[in-house]
Amino acid sequence: MSDIITKKINDFSYLVEKSKDMNVPVKIFASKELMKDMEKDRCIEQGINVSKLPGIKGFSLMMPDAHQGYGFSIGGVAAMDCETGCISPGGIGFDINCGVRLLTSNLEKNDVYPKIIELLNELYNNVPPGVGKKSLFKLTDDELDEVMKRGPAWTVERKLGTNKDLENCESNGYLKGAKPEKVSQKAKNRGRSQLGTLGSGNHFLEIQYVDKIFDSGIAKAFGIKNEGQVVVLIHCGSRGLGHQVCSDYLRAMEDEFPEIVKELPEKNLIYAPAKSKLAKDYFAAMCAAANFAWTNRHIIGHQTRLSFKKIFGKGVKLNTVYDVAHNIAKKEIHEVDGENVNVYVHRKGATRAFGPNNPEIPKKYQKTGQPIFIPGSMGTSSYVLVGTQHAMKESFGSTAHGAGRLMSRHRANLEFKGQTLKDQLEKNKIYVKAASMRGISEEAPNAYKDVDEVVKVSHDAGIGKLVARLKPIGVIKG
Amino acid sequence: MDKKELLEKRFEFFDHTADALFRAYGRDLIEAFSNAAFALSAIMTDIELVSPNRKRRLVVESKNEESLLYDFLEEIIYLIDAENFFLSKIAELKISCQAFKCRLEAELLGDDASNYTVYAIVKAITYNEMLIIKEPGFVTVQVVPDL
Repeated sequence: MSDIITKKINDFSYLVEKSKDMNVPVKIFASKELMKDMEKDRCIEQGINVSKLPGIKGFSLMMPDAHQGYGFSIGGVAAMDCETGCISPGGIGFDINCGVRLLTSNLEKNDVYPKIIELLNELYNNVPPGVGKKSLFKLTDDELDEVMKRGPAWTVERKLGTNKDLENCESNGYLKGAKPEKVSQKAKNRGRSQLGTLGSGNHFLEIQYVDKIFDSGIAKAFGIKNEGQVVVLIHCGSRGLGHQVCSDYLRAMEDEFPEIVKELPEKNLIYAPAKSKLAKDYFAAMCAAANFAWTNRHIIGHQTRLSFKKIFGKGVKLNTVYDVAHNIAKKEIHEVDGENVNVYVHRKGATRAFGPNNPEIPKKYQKTGQPIFIPGSMGTSSYVLVGTQHAMKESFGSTAHGAGRLMSRHRANLEFKGQTLKDQLEKNKIYVKAASMRGISEEAPNAYKDVDEVVKVSHDAGIGKLVARLKPIGVIKG
Repeated sequence: MDKKELLEKRFEFFDHTADALFRAYGRDLIEAFSNAAFALSAIMTDIELVSPNRKRRLVVESKNEESLLYDFLEEIIYLIDAENFFLSKIAELKISCQAFKCRLEAELLGDDASNYTVYAIVKAITYNEMLIIKEPGFVTVQVVPDL
C-alpha cells in the first residue's frame, strides 16, 4: 500500500492515475475518513489490479464502502467492453444478485412496538434462515428451471405476491438472457430447498420506521409518506444456487484459460474473454441465478405480508417500493469519451443508480429516478436514495451498497458478546431474533464502517441522492 | 504454540476482513485435510455436539493437491445445502496423487442439521491465501471460505 499514490480530486473523490500496465485510472468515491479505512486493507491495490483487465472502460471504480474482497474489492464497479473485454465471476461475487427489497406499510411505529415480539416470532417461522431451519418450499427440477428462466412471475401465477411486486423490481425481476441448462445439477440441488430463506451472515429482514425525510417530493413518489411510517427492508441473495454457479464457473475458467491464470496477481481475477463460449455460458447462468434470487426476495416479501396480516389483521397493506441487486453484471450502453459503448457493467457490492427518464426503470419512477437502498449494519440507520443522471456520467450509473466491513468475524466474536449486544439494542428499543448469539456478535455495528459517512459521499458526489433515513425496530437474522 | 500443541488443537481461526481464515494441522496430508473439514464445519455449528447418525461417501478427483483441498471442502458445503448434513466424524479418508491427478475417498459420519444451532452459512471455498505447507511430520493447510 505504501507505494500507491492517491490524488485527492475533491472532498468526495480520489484518483490513482493510469500508469505501467493499468488500462484505465482508478476513481475512488470516498471522504478523507473513508480513505483512511480503505488504506488499512488491500482494496485499492485490488482496484488497480482490476484496471489492468482487458477491455475495461473509463475507470476502475471504487464506491465509498469499498473493502478487500477476493480478486475484486467489494464495493467496486468495472465496465468491460462486450466485444474486446471480458466477464469475470469475481467481479460479481459468490452471492449472485445479493440485493435489497423495500416494502412500505400503512402502519405507524406506535402500532408495531406493542406487538414487535409476536411479529418477529411469526416472521421467523415464515422466513427461516435455510440451513437447519428449512424452507417452506421445495422445488422439482422443472419448477427450478421455470424459476431460473422467468423469475418471480412463476410465483405470482401461484398467487404468491402480485404483479405490482414484479413491476416494482429491477429488471421486472428477471433477466432475459437466463439459461437454466447452463446451471449445474449441483447448483440446483443446493438451491432447490432454499427459496424463501434468508441465509446468514449480514443477511436480514428488518422492520424499520421512517426517521427523517430529506426530499419529501421524491419520498412521496416512493410511497414514503411520513416520519414514523413503518417499512420493511429485506437483504438476501441467491443462496446455495448462486454460490455454486460462481464456484463452477471460476473453476471452468481456470481450467480453460490457464495462460490467463498465470498472468494474474490473484486467481480470483480469472475472466473469460467476452466473445468466448464460456463467457456467454457464465452470463446465462448468472442471469438464471439472478432470477432465482429475485424470486427468493419476492417470496420473502409475500411471507412478510402474510406475517403482518396475521398479527395486525387483514387491513394492513405492504407495497413493494423497489428491489435492487448489488452483486450482478448487466449488459448496458454507456457513453465513454463521447462514444456509446456496449459494456458488461460488473457491480460487486455496488447498486445501480439510474436517474430520471431512463427506460430501464419503472414508469412510476421516470420523473424521479430509481430508488436505491443502502442498509446499515445491525442496529444502525439504513437509507433510501435516488439515482441520478450524474451517476451515468461519473460511475456507470452506480453507487454504494452498504456499510462495508472493518473487522473480521473472528475478531468481532472475540470483542463482542452476542447477548450483551442484544440487551443493549433492546434498551434502545431494537429487538433482534437470530439463529444464534454468535450470529449477533459477528454483526456488531463496530465491525462495520460508518454508513452515514458512506451515504454522505454518495450524496455529495451526486451519484445517489438522499431521500430518507430509516431506523430499526426489529430484525430477523439467520 | 509448538507443533505438538497445534496438532492437538487441530485447527484455529485468524483475522481476515469480510470472512474467515483458518489453518488446520496434521501429521500428514490426510490428517490436515480431515481437520480442515472440521474447521469448516466449526464455522457453522458446534461440531462436538453433532452425532454420527448418518453416513456419506465422497470421491473427489482433481488435478493437484490444492484443487483437491478446494473440491473436498466444496463437497462438505454441498452436503450441508443439498442434504442438510453436518459433519461429526471422518471414518475413513484416503488421498493419492500421481502426475496431474489426485484422488480423495472419504467416509463421513454426521447428522441432520435441523437438530443443531447454525451459527453461519458458508457460501463457498476460495483460493484466496490458500496454502499447503508440508514439513516432516507436520502439515498445515490454510483456507479462506466465503461467508
